[in-house]
Amino acid sequence: MVRQELKKLVIYGFFLAIIITPMVGFKNNDFDAARVLQTLAVLIGLLVLNLIVKLVRSKRPQRAPGHKAWGERVRERIEQIPKVFTLGGLILITAMFPVFADNYMIDVAITCLIYITLGLGLNIVVGLCGLLDLGYIAFYAVGAYTYSLLNLKLGLSFWAALPIGVVLGMTCGCIIGYPTLKMRGDYLAIVTLGFGEIIRLVLNNWDSLTAGPNGLFGMQRAALYYPTFQDGGLSWAVYNIKSLPSLYYLIYIIVILTIIGVRRLDNSRIGRAWVAIREDETAAELSGVPTTWIKLLAYALGAGFASVAGAFFAAKLSYTNPNFFLFMESCIVLCIVVLGGVGSIPGIIVAGIVLIAAPEIFRGLESYRMLAFGGIMTTMMVLKPEGLIPAKRHKREFIETKSNE
Amino acid sequence: MDQSAFILQQIVNAIFLGSIYALIALGYTMVYGIIELINFAHGELFTAGAFIGVIVLTGLQSFGFVESHFVISMIIVFGLAMAYVAVLGVAVEHVAYKPLRDSSRLAALLSALGMSIFLSNGMMLSQGVSDRAYPPVFGVQGIDIGGAIITNGQIFIVLLAIAMMIALQLFVHRTRLGKAMRATAQNRTMARMLGIDIDQTIRITFMIGPALGAAAGVMVGLHYGAVRFDMGFIFMIKAFAAAILGGIGSIPGAMIGGLTIGAIEVFWAAFLPSAWKDVTTFTVLILVLYFKPSGLLGESESEVRV
Repeated sequence: MVRQELKKLVIYGFFLAIIITPMVGFKNNDFDAARVLQTLAVLIGLLVLNLIVKLVRSKRPQRAPGHKAWGERVRERIEQIPKVFTLGGLILITAMFPVFADNYMIDVAITCLIYITLGLGLNIVVGLCGLLDLGYIAFYAVGAYTYSLLNLKLGLSFWAALPIGVVLGMTCGCIIGYPTLKMRGDYLAIVTLGFGEIIRLVLNNWDSLTAGPNGLFGMQRAALYYPTFQDGGLSWAVYNIKSLPSLYYLIYIIVILTIIGVRRLDNSRIGRAWVAIREDETAAELSGVPTTWIKLLAYALGAGFASVAGAFFAAKLSYTNPNFFLFMESCIVLCIVVLGGVGSIPGIIVAGIVLIAAPEIFRGLESYRMLAFGGIMTTMMVLKPEGLIPAKRHKREFIETKSNE
Repeated sequence: MDQSAFILQQIVNAIFLGSIYALIALGYTMVYGIIELINFAHGELFTAGAFIGVIVLTGLQSFGFVESHFVISMIIVFGLAMAYVAVLGVAVEHVAYKPLRDSSRLAALLSALGMSIFLSNGMMLSQGVSDRAYPPVFGVQGIDIGGAIITNGQIFIVLLAIAMMIALQLFVHRTRLGKAMRATAQNRTMARMLGIDIDQTIRITFMIGPALGAAAGVMVGLHYGAVRFDMGFIFMIKAFAAAILGGIGSIPGAMIGGLTIGAIEVFWAAFLPSAWKDVTTFTVLILVLYFKPSGLLGESESEVRV
């Protein structure tokens, strides 16, 4: 076994050398051997590490049936504690976050929360319904631009524009969803990608409305109105949500509402219909699930959550520009869903925090961020397709199939 | 330039661009035909070919080999780029696609997408974010046909592309390996029972398809004079539109589709606002998928499913 693995290692190392040498060596016109050797050393180091892990695992005695991995045990322990303490504690800590964090940390946290909202929305389409959507960021753009335009051209406030943005986002979701309903998974991916690009290009080229690549700026922030009794009578005072802590609380509430919404949907009749479609569309249809409507609903709801996040984003920066909505952004959101575990709400929250906050901590490795995201996506799919924190429903399915064997 | 010459010039450009799209689309079609998976990394393999092309070409030019032995140096440039990308294609297949051959489609697609992001950023890190210039080898002289000018470079590239397509068609229909490939695409289980080495066949598909893409990459580099790490993305979508339009899985279909998409793009840019030309391609892609997902020459959907 060791011999075989070593042989494999040599072959892989050889191919890696062939692939790496010209690409990394010739950045300029002369050959840079040090660069090649460094890259090769890192990659072969990873391979060796993988080999060691594999060997150690194979040496370990076979586990008794019914034995659980430590992750499983931790999870069970946590589930034994009453929900009031675990959930309440989490909510308390996250709600207190702006009190002890500095502005930079709060800003990063806001970005994390935006991506978590997006991840949860995309989770409906990809995780629950099993439809691969590569143009998801377009709905985020729709939300951002709807608020910006309504505010700049018509002077609508954030709260008045938000429902319009959501409706528009959902409509776009249906427009994109409708022609793709008949398609198979992989065509669907390309079509959604195409739609996402179309929306970005329209925003980029429609100069008279969207100001093209310059973007729109000068939108009002979201505002809160509260009654005051100064000057002897009831009047309404305005508080602009402009400071970072107040923005944090706004997106915090949005995330909480999104979590509640997605959870309720997941456990509802509609959620079960989505999962049924994901597992076997033909069987679902035969069991009486109206697949067309249910799939459209997944698109519309996913898009709705994204437009809320988009409107918040535009109000936060008071600026939008088509380049915020590149294809890469869709990939980042998709990576969050994949890493966390398709269909799993806690997984997506953890993955959102890890993937968005980690690049901020390791600032020096910024340029490796997307490389890592791509690598994570492939590795997860090959090694652990159910994600870091698998959805409970998934887990049950795995256990059931095992007991049948 | 009068109107007829202008239109003639556009036709020339359309044929040129179309044959490049067709060459990339062939890679898609072959891979899709055999494992029913969109190879998202195909655009990146195409870009990798273009990079190897520029590296080899600058290397050859630095000691004046290109001027003295033009044909041999072109063979070396194309040969090395295609060989490199063939190795890379097999590596991608082995790492990202092979372990997922029997799992859900969503998992395979996500894995392919991850590979595409990984390769594109790997090239960004290794080759830099800015354009990398191709040494000009063809010059500007060409043939004048009724006012339209076809440069020597364009003639060379189109002829080479056509030669490759013919060679591919012959390979797939006249050789044992090609027969094995068609059999695997039709019914993998049956092909295995008949003694065809499925892994080997898929590996060879992943050598030929990306190698054609690499050749297209070198052509694009030679013609436009630059490569960039993210140029694969837009070419990927265009070529995919071409593959779909022609009917995915069909080799002549990919050629027709490529020429059509090239023509649509060139004529749109010539007569209508060119900023919208990509929107047009995407719209064509969506319309084809909606109204005739089997494409012009493809098998019908139900046949593929069975």
